[in-house]
Amino acid sequence: MSETPPTPPSAAQVVQMMVAATPYARALGFEVVSVGEGRATMKTPYRKDVIGDPETGVIAGGVITALLDHVCGAAVMAALAERQSIATLDLRIDYMRGAEPGRDILAEAHCYKLTRSVAFVRAVAYEDGPDNPVANAAGAFMIASLGDRKMGANLKPPQ
Amino acid sequence: MSEAKTPAPLTETQLRERFLAVPFARYLGIDLELRGDELTLVMPYREELIGNIMLPALHGGTLGALLELAAVATVSVKQRQAHLPKTIDITIDYLRSGRPVATFARARLTRLGRRIASVHAEAWQHERADPIAALNGHFLLTQSDT
Repeated sequence: MSETPPTPPSAAQVVQMMVAATPYARALGFEVVSVGEGRATMKTPYRKDVIGDPETGVIAGGVITALLDHVCGAAVMAALAERQSIATLDLRIDYMRGAEPGRDILAEAHCYKLTRSVAFVRAVAYEDGPDNPVANAAGAFMIASLGDRKMGANLKPPQ
Repeated sequence: MSEAKTPAPLTETQLRERFLAVPFARYLGIDLELRGDELTLVMPYREELIGNIMLPALHGGTLGALLELAAVATVSVKQRQAHLPKTIDITIDYLRSGRPVATFARARLTRLGRRIASVHAEAWQHERADPIAALNGHFLLTQSDT
């Protein structure tokens, strides 16, 4: 293998790397379940420290927001022909019901339209299947969001 | 049968107790400050909150969570109820990337009805007038309270 020129990473590998290189995704324990063309599915584990309602033990909406944001970004990555920086422009989430306490949450996303600058994505979060959703999401992402900003650009305060 | 009374305004201590009983708020390290009826949430920076290691920038999910918590806590202040309302829907606009510093958030009730509250929230870092993210959302009010 070391003799042959490196092959570009597959969409699945890119998404795996993206999760591994994101401190917040690692901190919440996000796992990649599957990756397809413009599609991604991820899971967030149920944990006591991410509960949003201590009386019922229901997971916090903020965790589902993060999972939906992340899986939407992964679907955009899986739709792009080459690796580019992306950033969430907006994200709308409808909460249909509280998640079942004690259960992991899955979220699957589909990047259904890709333009030069913007990607449009839909996603759904559930325990068992998309026909019984906890939440639905629709988002738009900027492509090549870094522009001419360099590494570490955010370490300086705004001008 | 006692007559319905207007509940007393929540104190900062009551709100903090109720709020910090939420494990995920504690996980994010969020604290709050109540001055009169104006509530400000603070999310200190920590490396775990990063979503983009190149810039580096905060994960959008951390800002979404902060804004949603600011919205629900502000509703409970205005409602004078310690119970947090349930989120129906939220739309988050990401205006600029979040720097690796503390983030603040405040919410304003666009409308407080009998069953639904419409809320607008903003998060900022260096300047209040220069928000990095904004949220519009609808929240279902909890009816029964002691």
